[in-house]
Amino acid sequence: MMHFLLLFSRQGKLRLQKWFTPIPEREKKKIVRDMTTMVLGRKPRSCNFLHWKDLKIVYKKYASLYFCCGLDAEENELLALEVLHRYVELLDKYFGNVCELDIIFNFEKAYFILDEFLLGGEVQETSKQVVSRSIEASDMLQETMEEYMSKPAF
Amino acid sequence: MSPSVRLQEMIRVIRGARTQGEERGVIQRECAAIRAQFRQADNGTRSHNLAKLLYVHMLGYPAHFGQMECVRLIASPRYNEKRVGYLGAMMLLDEKQDASLLITNSIKNDLSHSSQYVQSLALCTLGCMGSAEMCRDLAPEIDRLLRASNSYIKKKAALCAVHIVRKVPELGELFTPASRSLLSEKNHGVLHGAVVLITELCERNPDTLEQFRKAVPELVQIMKGLVMSGYSPEHNVAGISDPFLQVRILRLLRILGRNNDTASDAVNDLLAQVATNTDSSKTAGSAVLYETVLTVMDIKSESGLRVLAVNILGRFLLNNDRNIRYISMTSLQKIVQTDHNAVQRHRGTIVDCLKDQDASVKRRALELSLALVSAVNIRSLMKELLLFLSSCPPELRAHTTSGIFNAAERYAPSQRWHIDTILHVLTTAGGDVRDETVPNLIQLITTATELHCYTVHKLYRALVTDISVQSLVQVACWCIGEYGDLLLRGECEETESVQVAEDDVLDALETVLQSHMSSPATRGFALTATMKLSTRITHNVDRIRSIVSIYGSCIDVELQQRAVEYNALFKKYDHMRAAVLERMPVIDKSSPGHTNGESTGGSIKDMEPTKRTQEVVLPQEPANQVCDLLDLLGGSGEPPQPSPALSTTALGPVSSTAGGDLLDLLGGLDVTPVPPSVIVYEKNGVTLKLQTDKQTDTGMTITLTATNSTDRDITSLTLQAAVPKSVQLQMKAPSGDVIPAHGLGQVTQTVLLNNPNKVSLKMRVRVCYTSQDVVCQDTVQIDSFPSPAW
Repeated sequence: MMHFLLLFSRQGKLRLQKWFTPIPEREKKKIVRDMTTMVLGRKPRSCNFLHWKDLKIVYKKYASLYFCCGLDAEENELLALEVLHRYVELLDKYFGNVCELDIIFNFEKAYFILDEFLLGGEVQETSKQVVSRSIEASDMLQETMEEYMSKPAF
Repeated sequence: MSPSVRLQEMIRVIRGARTQGEERGVIQRECAAIRAQFRQADNGTRSHNLAKLLYVHMLGYPAHFGQMECVRLIASPRYNEKRVGYLGAMMLLDEKQDASLLITNSIKNDLSHSSQYVQSLALCTLGCMGSAEMCRDLAPEIDRLLRASNSYIKKKAALCAVHIVRKVPELGELFTPASRSLLSEKNHGVLHGAVVLITELCERNPDTLEQFRKAVPELVQIMKGLVMSGYSPEHNVAGISDPFLQVRILRLLRILGRNNDTASDAVNDLLAQVATNTDSSKTAGSAVLYETVLTVMDIKSESGLRVLAVNILGRFLLNNDRNIRYISMTSLQKIVQTDHNAVQRHRGTIVDCLKDQDASVKRRALELSLALVSAVNIRSLMKELLLFLSSCPPELRAHTTSGIFNAAERYAPSQRWHIDTILHVLTTAGGDVRDETVPNLIQLITTATELHCYTVHKLYRALVTDISVQSLVQVACWCIGEYGDLLLRGECEETESVQVAEDDVLDALETVLQSHMSSPATRGFALTATMKLSTRITHNVDRIRSIVSIYGSCIDVELQQRAVEYNALFKKYDHMRAAVLERMPVIDKSSPGHTNGESTGGSIKDMEPTKRTQEVVLPQEPANQVCDLLDLLGGSGEPPQPSPALSTTALGPVSSTAGGDLLDLLGGLDVTPVPPSVIVYEKNGVTLKLQTDKQTDTGMTITLTATNSTDRDITSLTLQAAVPKSVQLQMKAPSGDVIPAHGLGQVTQTVLLNNPNKVSLKMRVRVCYTSQDVVCQDTVQIDSFPSPAW
């Protein structure tokens, strides 16, 4: 199972954090610090797998964002790379050519998308189309007339 | 202004802050506003305020005052408020917070909501942060949803059940029946969730595992369908149909097939099919192949399949993708013990990976290479390892050197090769070797008697080139000291002969002594070596004498002590010098002196007479043990075996107290525990003591000791003994026949008694001596013998 998923920028600024196990706040901050130092310190053409305590860490860099997840020791690292890639594809489909700013200004949407794709640290839906359709439907439900009128035009 | 713009406006303002202080100010203002808003009645902006708070929380600022707002929002009827409320609950509330219990009721209600999206929110939140209590409360609801709902909810309910089982394992039994029926679903999402749930149940409960073994054929069918199906646009990833599901099924099959022949047989064909049909040009295919290989190696598969799996790993080793090379090596490491021969076939590729740029790949390759060393490939593999050592990153050096030494020790084809290898390692990475290397290497050199000439030549050359590597310098000094005569003789079969003059050798040693790069231990080695050469060279003994006397006033106490003692060897004990500095015997690896100086009581006693003069020659001590020459009881100064030349002269000089700075200092020390002795004769100032050294059922060994308390020496002392008829008597040569006056010395004689018939032992001893020009003769009867010391 995935223990956590972090998104952070090249400067180490956290853009998204999802925790699938109960961890105290201080511990979370420490893990985030450790992950950012470890991953940002890697050379450009190194392999994407690391060891940290008893977890396997899989990370991938997409443009200016690092996607980093912590897995149990028996997980398949190559599949984890596929999971990260699938999440990026979903974000891309939703935002249309997603970039870091989209995730900054619409962070709650990024979380909603993640919650349609992963649940309890496991993949819940393996079809891209089904996930996209669910998110669209949820968004439709959220929109009220009032919000539709005052929605910004971008 | 519309609420949602205000959220994004706030984000913009925060990002625009130029300093940390400015940012904090903005955030404090916003938080105050949010808190005020929370206190107000519902005005339609609550969800946006909470969203703002969540953003602030992500930046690292405290946001606990939003917890109750989350609870309130979750209970709201509006979907957008619920959505943000549940998001806030997952971010701000974890099971440790008390407020989390308050949402249990809301979740329960939402699980039966008419809208599936509301249901999904509740399921997601429960599956992410549900505490054990909440799980226990809501488990029946989840079970209901597992059975009767649409596939969108079923898949979420399945993963929620997984979370519940992780938190409260006993609830696993509740979900077992429902999960079994889920396997017949067609929807991939539900199937995936079902497989994950079954995996979790089987891992925790062996009975459930037994139950689900019956599902193996069904799983095989599903898997076959995935592998053989044509292109399916919905689930296709780089030519693989739903790799996520395939990998999970393979993992479940692994768990079911472990230690079970029938289950393993059933999946053999499938695994072969997957292994051959999966296209591994992209990561998705490689992920499936990787999982297949892990499954093959873990269950009881047939040998052909195992070879296929290892070959797949071998192919991975050649892949351009660094990730794939890395995981192939981690997998090979796991199986190298069990399938050694199969992995050996890929040794060439593994060794090539030693040259990879990536540090983690290098480390894996090193561990694998060391695991693959065998008697057959030792020469070629060692060449590669030594090449690697010269360019390896510093954090791997210590591991590499110890690995090389272990391998060399186990599989060395010849002693010369072994010595060459160790010397090579010392020259390349001498700073990263362990401390035991020096004594180990010295021991190895002494055993290789035919190679002494070759070794000393090689070491001399290394010493002349570079004196910075301490371990190498120490070994070189020891060898030159020990085998200096071979070095100076010039010819050597194994290497080209080089004329080495005595001056050159002494120059080299002096350089070591004077260099500030040499550690104190190294200088000790060099000094001792110089001293040893005094018996092996002919012309420059004076030079050695002067070197030794200079160091007699060295600041380093250790060197000073050695120099002073060597000086004494030159002056007062010159007659002993040759014997003391003789060539060392072959060091036995298990002897006490070799194994870090742990000596038993017995060895102290055996070596007592020879120890005092042998202390002077202690070159092979590990560098960090202080060689306290006077520490007779410490044990760390024990030389391995007494030199043969010394044993005959042992008792003589030691027991005499004729001066000698060396021995006076030692005179007060009584090393051996004195066994009880009985006085059997005391007359005219002559005392005869008897002590039992050894006693067995059929004999004993006793020692008679004669001392003299008069003020003139007793001369012509003889002892004669008689025993009962069946007892055999053997008297060893006495130590002398003159007992010095004033109790300054003694004469001892050992007597061996053999008593095969076990009669009671009695002995009559006749004592003859000349005291003050008067011949005396006495007889004493000894009826009882004292018990031996132990």
